[in-house]
Amino acid sequence: MNADYTAEELAFQDEVRAFLQNEFPADYKAKVDANKRLSKEELVNWQKILYAKGWAAPSWPEEHGGPGWSLTQRHIFATELGLIGAPEPVPFGMKMVAPVIMAYGNEEQKKRFLPDILQSNVWWCQGYSEPNAGSDLASLKTSAVRDGDHYVVNGAKTWNTYGQYADWIFCLVRTDNTVKKQEGISFLLIDMKTPGITLKPIVLIDGHHEVNEVFFDDVRVPAENLIGEENKGWTYAKVLLTHERTNISGVPRGKRRMKSLKRLAAATDDGFGGTMMENPAFKKKLAEAEIELQALEFAELRTLAALSVGKAPGPESSILKIVGTELAQNMDQLFVELAGYHSLPFVPEQFEDGFQGHYIGPGNTAASALTYFNNRKLSIFGGSNEVQRNIISKAVLGL
Amino acid sequence: MDFSYTEEQQMLQESVLKFVQNQYDFDTRNKIIASADGYSKDYWQLFADLGWLTVPFDEADGGFGGSAVDMAVMMEEFGKAMLVEPFSATAIVAGRLISELGDGELRTSLLTQIMEGKLQVSLAHNEAASRFNPARIETTAVSSKDSITINCSKINVLNGGSADKLLVVARESGKAADREGISVFVVDANAEGVTTHRYANVDGKSAAEITFKNVVVSNADRIGAAGVAIAALESVTDRAALAAAAEAVGAMDSLLTKTVEYSKTRKQFGTAIGTFQALQHRMADMFIQCQLARSIVVMAAMKMDSSATAAEKAKAVSAAKSRVGKAIRKVGEEAVQIHGGIGTTQELDVGHLFKCVTALEMQYGNTDYHTARFSQL
Repeated sequence: MNADYTAEELAFQDEVRAFLQNEFPADYKAKVDANKRLSKEELVNWQKILYAKGWAAPSWPEEHGGPGWSLTQRHIFATELGLIGAPEPVPFGMKMVAPVIMAYGNEEQKKRFLPDILQSNVWWCQGYSEPNAGSDLASLKTSAVRDGDHYVVNGAKTWNTYGQYADWIFCLVRTDNTVKKQEGISFLLIDMKTPGITLKPIVLIDGHHEVNEVFFDDVRVPAENLIGEENKGWTYAKVLLTHERTNISGVPRGKRRMKSLKRLAAATDDGFGGTMMENPAFKKKLAEAEIELQALEFAELRTLAALSVGKAPGPESSILKIVGTELAQNMDQLFVELAGYHSLPFVPEQFEDGFQGHYIGPGNTAASALTYFNNRKLSIFGGSNEVQRNIISKAVLGL
Repeated sequence: MDFSYTEEQQMLQESVLKFVQNQYDFDTRNKIIASADGYSKDYWQLFADLGWLTVPFDEADGGFGGSAVDMAVMMEEFGKAMLVEPFSATAIVAGRLISELGDGELRTSLLTQIMEGKLQVSLAHNEAASRFNPARIETTAVSSKDSITINCSKINVLNGGSADKLLVVARESGKAADREGISVFVVDANAEGVTTHRYANVDGKSAAEITFKNVVVSNADRIGAAGVAIAALESVTDRAALAAAAEAVGAMDSLLTKTVEYSKTRKQFGTAIGTFQALQHRMADMFIQCQLARSIVVMAAMKMDSSATAAEKAKAVSAAKSRVGKAIRKVGEEAVQIHGGIGTTQELDVGHLFKCVTALEMQYGNTDYHTARFSQL
């Protein structure tokens, strides 16, 4: 048993590190370190820097312009991105819809959509959840009715992340409601500029407009935008959800935030002449989080090793999702604790670009509560942690 | 043994309940938060007319002579509706501090105006480095022949942006964390050298960061004697911590009720999610947390009203704030989780209740601080 990288892998790690040091823009890094969001333009620009290097789509095969990396190389790359704070590729195009197009799309669709995703020319968003279909996704109701060479789409999608930026949306739609709910679903690509689509912003409790409701009112979609076969969309969607759940452990980001917590704790007054790094209760919680992070890291490496020798991705990703999200939320709480009273002001606009007003609180911790609030979503989205536990109960424990 | 409310307490509870039910719905609250003052002046006058503002004060001062239990009764109902009016900031904190420390004409005049609803007073106590230590005061008040000059920055001044007067905690002698040497001065909110940056806290209550640059006051502006304010500050902070714990009990009650209700109506997988045993047990645990939180607040309020020593009372408050803080995390986070995505949105009250209890966990010392203090007292 060993957890070492080979000489080639270590050389690759050095190459990635050097590249990120030189090419991840310093002003982006400063924003990430200050808990600020990168703008659409900045995310796209960063993605184009990666594209120029040939690293835009780590998980893509070479035939579609991916780097053809091994699972370990992809792990190394994701780790180094997380450690420096550089964003992973915006997932909706690169990690969610592209694998489905590659696996089930026709040649025409591959030629039409994949290059623009690779080059980040087109921003995609997700049309999965509905107001009454959350954890129970297969009960979705948005309908697509065939009318000549078009589908006519009606319904509503929700929890649509950054749809306000998007050029295209991939949707699960109901094309047959006379069969079992999983069997009447199709996978449709829709141009966001099509008449009949409206967006209603949903502001979250951190004050940020991150998600939307998307309404479809007699939206006419060319039938050529159907992926694969009609009524087979649920099968394709499940593939997509598996992709959504890889790299969800967030270990690299957790390591970076653990460093940040330690640095902050050492710089935070405990009110009694010492620092929070000397506060026994806080130290204990910090240690527990760090231990959890190590356990999670090795759980992920063990999964990675199994996948590398050709085993299919299984319910292990559910473990990584549950533990990874709950640990991230726990670390959010530790940031709030460190911030103390500085966590209380609710001034979300001061973290947006171009804020001109008086800044409330110290720069390093003032956003802590907002992050804590926002990240409650982690245990809800991507298959809620309850759904993940159901998967483990059924698929692993046979209950 | 009898834990039921007295007739007077029942009337107080009904009076608050009637107000929040009829006049303080979620939309009204949102409008008040967005308004220039951050609270409703009309409602504040109503609070005065109903006699609520006299509850924390002694009968000798023209007050209702309310007990800690009376205060908890009110705060719990306020908490259920997420009231943002500065009842705690002005009446319980600033008002009680004046009544404990002050004397003479200044004391009478300030208390009378507070009880009449004509004056908003905020305590400017916390500093960036003080964390939860009430004695950690770096602010200096330097005396010359006839005047005293104050220099400092204060954070988390509740209702500070709408206050008419500020009570500034400043050090006249000693080092930053010494218990001796701390005084309280009353400063006009518009005085020269006072700069106020107001904002809303995560719980919707208005607050401010305030800097005092060469603000000149006189000996007559000092509340009580020089350098001996720490005991009163601690006593008032304890009372406010207990009030915050009671407020959280009310807010958690709302969170539990709304979560159980939602679980009965939200359908997934062809059935109400409340029929899933995994969720039933978690809501049962939320209920247990709410009951323990309520119980320990009752314990601390009764201790506060007893003839126990100051240290015993302080220890009881720390027990309550610590245990309620533990309940807050469990109940708040579970309420959001069981609601799912909708619980993380601005449009539903549940997310706001979660933010309210999160802020209450921090105010007047967080869980860890009070746990450590309990073990030391």
